[in-house]
Amino acid sequence: MVVWLLAPLRDLRRHLVSLRRFWGTSLASQLEYQFNAFIELLAMVGNLAGSLLVLWLFDRQGVPLGGWSWAGALVVLGAYTVLTGFTSCLLQPNLSRIVTHVQEGTLDFVLLKPIDSQFWLSLRTVSAAGVPEMVLGVVLMVGAALQERGSLNPAAVLLMAAMLMAAALTLYALWFVLATTSIWFVKTWNATEVLRAVLTAGRYPVAAFPPALRTLFTLVLPVAFLTTVPAEALLERATAPWIGGSVAVACGALAISRAFWQLALRFYTSASS
Amino acid sequence: MAIVTAQGLRKSFRVAAKDPGLAGTLRHLLRRRWQDVEAVRQVSFQIEPGEVVGFLGGNGAGKTTTLKLLSGLIHPTGGVLEVAGCQPWRRQRRFLEAITLVMGQKQQLIWDLPPLDSLRVNAAVYGIDDSEARRRIAELADMLELGEELTRPVRKLSLGQRMKAELMAALLHRPRVLFLDEPTLGLDVNAQARVRRFLADYNQRTGATVLLTSHYMADITALCPRVLLIHQGALFYDGGLDTLRERLAPWRQVRLELAEPVPAERLAPYGEVERLDGAAAWLLIGRDRVPACLNRLLADLPVLDLEVNEPPIEELIGRLFQQGFLEEPPA
Repeated sequence: MVVWLLAPLRDLRRHLVSLRRFWGTSLASQLEYQFNAFIELLAMVGNLAGSLLVLWLFDRQGVPLGGWSWAGALVVLGAYTVLTGFTSCLLQPNLSRIVTHVQEGTLDFVLLKPIDSQFWLSLRTVSAAGVPEMVLGVVLMVGAALQERGSLNPAAVLLMAAMLMAAALTLYALWFVLATTSIWFVKTWNATEVLRAVLTAGRYPVAAFPPALRTLFTLVLPVAFLTTVPAEALLERATAPWIGGSVAVACGALAISRAFWQLALRFYTSASS
Repeated sequence: MAIVTAQGLRKSFRVAAKDPGLAGTLRHLLRRRWQDVEAVRQVSFQIEPGEVVGFLGGNGAGKTTTLKLLSGLIHPTGGVLEVAGCQPWRRQRRFLEAITLVMGQKQQLIWDLPPLDSLRVNAAVYGIDDSEARRRIAELADMLELGEELTRPVRKLSLGQRMKAELMAALLHRPRVLFLDEPTLGLDVNAQARVRRFLADYNQRTGATVLLTSHYMADITALCPRVLLIHQGALFYDGGLDTLRERLAPWRQVRLELAEPVPAERLAPYGEVERLDGAAAWLLIGRDRVPACLNRLLADLPVLDLEVNEPPIEELIGRLFQQGFLEEPPA
């Protein structure tokens, strides 16, 4: 199971060199269009301003959030901001392309290469657009945690980092599974948009939602594991079942995404030429 | 030992059928009607290492589907398939490193960057180190007569230059088996000829096996001593191109320019009179009888000029595709 999950690591050097070339050419392609790069920069500044406005509005409203203090809720918002930055850097540029690859038949070229196809499709491009958001998210988490607790425990910071990585893997796996369905249904942009919309619920602590939604966001859609658990880890409130649950959900989701991809390839028909 | 073996190869697809109009669209949305389409039916053949084989058929005959099966892109519905000692659909690394697929309609080069960037990506993916990659790129560029085009963005290249760069990207890892799906599609006559020369040269230098589909018969006649013909998913000819030509047209057309008009009855003993136009006549004469008939014609009739024509292969193959089968030669 572990060997199968870590298949791309079997030939680590080849994958690392490929990754360097992937990202080098990806950034070079983006810089080919200077004006577009400038617009992306503007869009990123706009996003930052939007996030800050949301924070300011939260601060002014003073509505209770399921027993979470404002500083605690800001840690959750910080975790959410880190994940949206990660989405902009890797998930959006790569996974939204899978549908296009299937539709236009260019997935053929990926499948013909002697490299793990899931690795290629997940990491072929990178966008710098999400980096400032990730930085802002971390600053927000640390700042709000300091406000809440007065000091930071290094072990809690490490645990938070681990929980954020688990969250990123879970989010990636969910998105990848949805994108994989394009092998059968070809057009599945809407499904990924629905996922993104649902994930905006991760801006708030899961306890702030009514019990039914809380159950939904924990057991069906792992929103709670994406933002609330990393925030709790930093605030030293995370309990072992939630930490274990986060890791289990991430590993499970990753395993499902790999198995689902292998299954989908059996049904791949390749677009007609 | 064969490098490509297909035995009873089958592939069927489930395709949704839709009636036209709004009612048809609604029915299609609510209750989809599925049809099984057999794209490849019981196809069997073998290709030996180093062979260059043409794969011919009309549009939708099953050529591209067969190539996709051979290159492991799609799973066969049935039959036995082995390429370079592997089952293609398993897509093992040693298989993927041994083959390549070039598709005239699709491109793998990065559109906004020079071909060299795509070649460097491919080198990394195939585990080729930098110095070896540089050597191979120089060699292929020399064979394909590409120079500074390799440093220009792909979007700025002509179709011919792009196809040559695509070939470089497809051959950088030195595959032993080349599946080429219309590699000269859309190219002008000169570019087609250059690609053909390159492929012949590559085959001679490396001993690579080539299976080539093309709608340009010039590609096939220039490169492929052997052809496979497919119609509606079923293979109906596997053999030499010359043999096929003889089976399809075991005659030659002889055009006579005579000093005076001659009635058809006087020409009939030499061959089938195809056409008479004043002092010009066209006869169809059995290939084996041509030398003897020409001697007699020159001796018996006031011949000013004559011309012996082979029937154009395009015409013969075109007729064959419409027919969809090849008549057995007389015993």
